[in-house]
Amino acid sequence: MKVTAQDVAYVADLANLELTEDERRSMLRDLNSILDYIDRLNELDTSNVPPMAQVSDRYGVDEAKQGSERFAYAWRADVLEGLRKSLPRKQALANAPDADEDYFRVPKVIER
Amino acid sequence: MDPVSLTIDGARSAVQERKTTCAALAEAHYERIQKEDGQIGAFLTLSRDRAMQQADRVDRMVAEGKPLPPLAGVPVGIKDVMSTRGVRTTAGSKILEKYVPPYDCTAVARLEAAGAVVLGKMNCDEFAMGSSNENSGYGPVRNPRDLTRVPGGSSGGSAAAVAADMAVFTLGSDTGGSIRQPASFCGVVGLMPTYGRVSRYGLIAFASSLDHIGPLAKTVKDAAIVLKTIAGRDPMDPTSADVPVPDYVAELDKPIRGLKLGIANEYFGEGLDEEVRAAVEKAIDKLKGLGCEIVPVSLPHTPYAIPTYYLIATAEASSNLARYDGVRYSHRALGVTTLPEMYRRSRDEGFGPEVKRRIMLGTYALSAGYYDAYYLKAQKVRTLLTRDFDSAFAKVDAIVTPTSPSAAFRLGEKSNDPLSMYLADIYTVTADLAGIPGISVPCGETREKLPIGLQILGKHFDEATILRIAHAFEQAA
Repeated sequence: MKVTAQDVAYVADLANLELTEDERRSMLRDLNSILDYIDRLNELDTSNVPPMAQVSDRYGVDEAKQGSERFAYAWRADVLEGLRKSLPRKQALANAPDADEDYFRVPKVIER
Repeated sequence: MDPVSLTIDGARSAVQERKTTCAALAEAHYERIQKEDGQIGAFLTLSRDRAMQQADRVDRMVAEGKPLPPLAGVPVGIKDVMSTRGVRTTAGSKILEKYVPPYDCTAVARLEAAGAVVLGKMNCDEFAMGSSNENSGYGPVRNPRDLTRVPGGSSGGSAAAVAADMAVFTLGSDTGGSIRQPASFCGVVGLMPTYGRVSRYGLIAFASSLDHIGPLAKTVKDAAIVLKTIAGRDPMDPTSADVPVPDYVAELDKPIRGLKLGIANEYFGEGLDEEVRAAVEKAIDKLKGLGCEIVPVSLPHTPYAIPTYYLIATAEASSNLARYDGVRYSHRALGVTTLPEMYRRSRDEGFGPEVKRRIMLGTYALSAGYYDAYYLKAQKVRTLLTRDFDSAFAKVDAIVTPTSPSAAFRLGEKSNDPLSMYLADIYTVTADLAGIPGISVPCGETREKLPIGLQILGKHFDEATILRIAHAFEQAA
């Protein structure tokens, strides 16, 4: 077993999930079964292979450049409302479970 | 004329020649939905007001004799992971049950600008995570060909609606096979374009380096028309590529004689259903008969694609789904007194079991001490998988495979075993990881009359070639 009940609790904590006792039990079983299968990646020697985070740095980019310079096509001037107008406050708050006229409302964070 | 059996061109010319109106076409589809969808479950939300306003707009253009745009009056369905202004968008999740986006997804806006009529939003696996549509927070979709079977996933509603003539075409999204596999299960055409070909702006993120938007349609030509409409650079999505969009429809009728088609043993191994194998081999013979040259290629890292995919996709998902915190737009649990309790209980109540499983796996793979062993390792194997395709495409114009190892399975058959469900994506995840385009086109049926799909994979930004091959195959069938 790779993952222990303690790991499940720790990871749930990181992920902001609570999980019921039942959920924790099945999570323990499922994660172990999936990670067992994933272990086959260790059959491959990848010591000299660079990681690939995305596809986009291969196409439409400036091949002569390095790093973020390659994506020159995606640059634009940093101007206020450069791509579109910001949402009106009322619209931005419309989907909030709790809000007043100006702000999202959440349970109190700071004790005084 | 049967108004619900039309293709895009059929619908558009019927409107242009005034055999019907856009309003009547939309109405006929709503009647069809009313009659059929109770047992299928493809639609989550109908956007009748928006549809009828758009239909009226196009009908006025017809009345005024104005030139009609390419999708004039064509009724479409949109997978519920794409934002639609003023129309509820749930991503198949209870956590977004009441979410009404304030803006439109670029792909949807481009369809409407081209005259399409959005009928409503399609059911899907929660946050597009699944291969059977059984992970929807709003109940499963059933396969129109056999109601005891799944339509595939995650774009199950999108595929089922096209198969049951409830929409002329639909948009789906594909992160590990979610357009092509349901297209194959439901007997329709499904196209995943190259990564960056279609803007992801307004697509609710699952795994950002793997997510693609694409069409599900009745014919290859329809898929080509839709791609032409939605493709191209969008400043709102910095990963949308600055690569010219060809006229895919004009390319369709170019001959396929002399094209080199790669066949990889790795896609015909253990686990492939015998009836699927026979149908795909027959399809390959037919392509050979049409003048294509069959060339063996090797994609040796294919057996590592599923573990690679399930690490990268879940890692990205665990980060993307952190935004559902009960503050700005998602479900909030009642009776909570502290902020951490609010986050946890809201997420516990809002997310379904598969989404929680993937968030947990992704968080684990990214956590201190495991990052190198899992996430980084997967990114390196992603390089190897991409190199496999690079060397194969140095020799061939396209690669032909089965879309899925089996035809549609039964509801409940795999839902208790996540790993066996993941393996249903074995022939599709590779293209998502490498960012290459793929299309699934129907290539026959099993003895039980279940559709089988042929997958054609192409070079980056070479959708034109795979569409052309799929079109020639479809016309010869």
